Amino acid sequence: MAETVRDAGLARSGVARHPLSSILLPVPIICFVGVLITDLTYDGSGGNLQWVNFSSWLIAAGLVFAGIVILLMLIDLIRLPQLRSGDGWAAFALLIAAWVVELINSFVHARDGWTAVVPLGLALSAIGALQILIYGWLWHESRYEGERP
Amino acid sequence: MIRLLSILASVASLAGCGNPQPIDPSQQVGPNPVLPKPAEELIAAVGVPKIVGWKEGEAPVVPRGFRIQPMATGLSNPRRVYVLPNGDVLVVESQRVGREPVDRPKDPIRDFIMSLAHGGGGATETQGPAGAPPQRITLLRDSDGDGKPELKTTLLDHLNSPFGVVLVGNDLYVADTDALLRFPFTPGQTKITTPGQKVIDLPGGLIDHHWTKDLTASPDGSRLYVGVGSNSNVQERGAEAETNRAAIWEVDPKTGAYRIYASGLRNPNGLTFYPGSNTLWAVVNERDELGPNLVPDYMTSVRPGAFYGWPYSYYGQHVDPRVRPHRPDMVAKAIPADYALSSHVAALGLTFYTGASFPGLFRGGAFVGEHGSWNRTQPNGYRIVFIRFSGGKPVGEPHNFVAGFLDEDGNARGRPVGVAVDRTGALIIADDVGNTVWRVSYTGR
Repeated sequence: MAETVRDAGLARSGVARHPLSSILLPVPIICFVGVLITDLTYDGSGGNLQWVNFSSWLIAAGLVFAGIVILLMLIDLIRLPQLRSGDGWAAFALLIAAWVVELINSFVHARDGWTAVVPLGLALSAIGALQILIYGWLWHESRYEGERP
Repeated sequence: MIRLLSILASVASLAGCGNPQPIDPSQQVGPNPVLPKPAEELIAAVGVPKIVGWKEGEAPVVPRGFRIQPMATGLSNPRRVYVLPNGDVLVVESQRVGREPVDRPKDPIRDFIMSLAHGGGGATETQGPAGAPPQRITLLRDSDGDGKPELKTTLLDHLNSPFGVVLVGNDLYVADTDALLRFPFTPGQTKITTPGQKVIDLPGGLIDHHWTKDLTASPDGSRLYVGVGSNSNVQERGAEAETNRAAIWEVDPKTGAYRIYASGLRNPNGLTFYPGSNTLWAVVNERDELGPNLVPDYMTSVRPGAFYGWPYSYYGQHVDPRVRPHRPDMVAKAIPADYALSSHVAALGLTFYTGASFPGLFRGGAFVGEHGSWNRTQPNGYRIVFIRFSGGKPVGEPHNFVAGFLDEDGNARGRPVGVAVDRTGALIIADDVGNTVWRVSYTGR
């Protein structure tokens, strides 16, 4: 698979020829989908506070890694014209939108207790999870256009 | 569907600007404060004044006919003042040690704001010679009553974040943040070297969010009362962390036995028996982050066995939307306080006027030290208010008695905490970030 990508001439922002963006790209997806799961669990638990703590850290980690991925994506978009497709730009826009939604979500999750999650935090987590999943889909779409078996 | 509507409503409230609770703090004083709807902001409003201290010749402002003088300066976080029967004034110099454990990314940010509010913020003047902040009780002796002590000496040192202090007979009780201690003491003594004897452990621990343990004794001296504040704003550290907290303890000093005297009091301080009565009074700091005008702090007589709502409800049975699981059984028990002091003023000191040198209307009234707000952009508090009493009950509105703790630019020159009445009838004020003890006397001019 990696060979295929290299063959397609897709140099990527990386260290020692390692594709950093491919390593980091899934991290915000995992974090922001994770928040939705821990928020739903909090709601279901009737207020077990450890789930708010989980959510808060997942949002914080997701924001940090999404921030790094935004930078790497920007570099890739500038360097590689073939990524500048409709899917590529849509993915980039969705990633930024997810970052903004989760930033607001981090403020909501800083509240003390139930209203940190229900209803607004949970709603934002659902929106953020959806955005980040579609972003992942589209980014792969643009990157591996015509390369899939 | 209802859920969807409530989501839409909260998104709409995010977009809203301006003060969500447009009422004046003066509508939130007395027995029936106006209580707006909770308005949780997207980012909790923070207004912590920069600490600039008192310049030479500067002092708080008092009404005409009164005079204010520094009684002691260069102290280290004086928080509580206590007058002994022979007129000596004890000053408790203290601060919290260590940081609260981090549960959420929010916690270190909140800690930083609190350290600014308490004059920490890395300020070096609070450091003792060994690098650790002093935790001691200083004795001031002003034998001729002119407000200028002839003697300033360390009575007791190396305590553990002490706050409350009370003398019963020849026993001086000190409430450290984690233990109630007893020291043999004869009034007139200027140094205590004998080690304290522990009467009872108090809830300290790693979090110890509200760490000040205030202390008083029943008029007959047979029981002690300890204020134990909550371990969180509104139980966000979990219910287990609040065991026996947000309560006033009644302790038998002979046996160390204790019971919860009253509960649901988020952070009770200023414990004082009304003169000539068996009624305990306290000032209580209510919860934050429900908007600039919720929840009013209050002064109240403390009914034995009563529950005052925290964390489930405020001001009687107004349910706090943040606390789960719901406890309708507890909310049903909650009673409102006697007298609201308006929101976020951070009332920490209370004393009743038992002197004779102030005009008659002051007799039996209450002085309240308001350390000042952090959770609203417009500061509230930062003053000493006076509340007149009639028949043992507060009447009318609070009057600003000592002001000027904030300068014209909104910086803090000082912040008042504990208050007491000295032997001459003057009012003594502990000013923690100003590192000063002030004395207000009546001149009639």
